Amino acid sequence: MDENLKKKINDELEKNEVCLFMKGTPETPQCGFSLAVSNVLKHLKVNFKGINVLEDADIREGIKEFNDWPTIPQLYIKGEFIGGCDIVKEMFEKGDLQKKLQEKQISFQEKAT
Amino acid sequence: MGLKLEEIKSLIKEALPDAEISIQDLAGDDNHYSATIKSKIFYGKSKIEQHKLVYKALKGKMGNDLHALALNTMER
Repeated sequence: MDENLKKKINDELEKNEVCLFMKGTPETPQCGFSLAVSNVLKHLKVNFKGINVLEDADIREGIKEFNDWPTIPQLYIKGEFIGGCDIVKEMFEKGDLQKKLQEKQISFQEKAT
Repeated sequence: MGLKLEEIKSLIKEALPDAEISIQDLAGDDNHYSATIKSKIFYGKSKIEQHKLVYKALKGKMGNDLHALALNTMER
């Protein structure tokens, strides 16, 4: 993989504690799977950076190779790959995502039940 | 673009011979599916590793020929 591209992705991961590579933006997601992950993060009031891969063809292809993961969205917390849509949703439902955020000392809010 | 349901099934079966696979065509366009896959091979592996095994089974088709495959993997 191209070193510059790798660096570009690593820079984003370093700059942003919670980083979501997605199709579209958190305000206007362009794919249902990106929408779902973005909604989970919004629901938990997590401050995250959405990186729109549709605006950057290099990142769109690069992020798949970067992590040996062929699909988008991809969620990273403090540089660690957490998963794609199915994994993130499942973790959220089981409370594991909340645990992970706590572990990584990322602030979030659980809606009162 | 797109992949037939039977083709997805046989690719997964090839890589994970013991797998119990159930696939749903979500949109009727050969491009949006949801799959539940149970295999002994998943035992002791993280979800990320489990999904990677399925993607590997699809031999690079995921994200290229095939747009969407929601995955639910479990140990059997």
